[in-house]
Amino acid sequence: MLSFGQNNVLSVTPPEKVTAKAGTTIEVKLSVHVRPGYHINSNQPSDEYLIPLKLSWDPGSLSGAPTSLYPKPSMEKYSFSEKPLSVYTGGFEITTRFGIKDSASSGPATIPGKLRYQACTDRLCLPPKTVEIQLPIEIVK
Amino acid sequence: MFHRAFALIVLAACVFTGCSNSPTSAKAAVKAEKDRKPAPDFSLKDANGKTVKLSDYRGKVVLLNFWATWCGPCKIEIPWFIDFEQQYKDRDFAILGISLDDDGWESVKPYIEQRKINYRIMVGNDELSQQYGGVDSLPTTFVIDREGRIASIHIGLVSKSEYQDEIVHLLEAPRRGTNRTAARGILAFVRAE
Repeated sequence: MLSFGQNNVLSVTPPEKVTAKAGTTIEVKLSVHVRPGYHINSNQPSDEYLIPLKLSWDPGSLSGAPTSLYPKPSMEKYSFSEKPLSVYTGGFEITTRFGIKDSASSGPATIPGKLRYQACTDRLCLPPKTVEIQLPIEIVK
Repeated sequence: MFHRAFALIVLAACVFTGCSNSPTSAKAAVKAEKDRKPAPDFSLKDANGKTVKLSDYRGKVVLLNFWATWCGPCKIEIPWFIDFEQQYKDRDFAILGISLDDDGWESVKPYIEQRKINYRIMVGNDELSQQYGGVDSLPTTFVIDREGRIASIHIGLVSKSEYQDEIVHLLEAPRRGTNRTAARGILAFVRAE
């Protein structure tokens, strides 16, 4: 709904090209960095109304549904919360496993992804935002 | 004679400064009248489907709060606003909450019920946010005077007392026209003397 100037609150290092053999499972790590002073909700926030961090990929016919593994969040207490919140701060990595199909065509491809997050400081929050990601991949037989 | 002159000076000063005993900090946070800009009018539906127009609140002090259900700092302020609504509703005061939740009433209605929010809530949009200078962080709160002008803006969480001081300050400020009428009365009194 809203567009905001929060480009630098969270940054994602563009993933390097990976080579994957058809019929195998690969792991891809995505490096994320949250600007100092800000935190983002983890993938399992402490409150039902908080917006979770969510990484989603659209591998098309290259792989089955990918599985993303999020790092252990930290439990931080903020002035606006009665209880500690499950959050990520600083730098962290999200690992995704792709099961490359036997039928995947060999050659270069790109798997698009989206990282949705919602950031706050101790005093204010920014609206949820989605970062577009491109994973370059080379399928070999 | 001296006492009468002193009383007149005090009365005149009182008329022109608003006779307020509000805290100095609130005066500092509230913009001078000449610097206040009109709050953009809007027409939105509240949770009961009734139309809410800001212009209908002319003559009242309004606390206009942009918030969202996913905003932790906003959650802290809501009980304060519930208190203010109870405390000042009979003194020409109103709170209007504008949610910026993407999914609108789906999240907002249950939240209103859970938190027993007693003031009017609407769901806002991009256009309204832009009209209010591009609301890009929450909470963002505008305190609006009786003439529909923005007296103060707060971006992020501030203290309950800060809001309270400003509300009281604006409620106690003389209504437009009051100064002129009172001043005419004083002049007439002086002339008669």
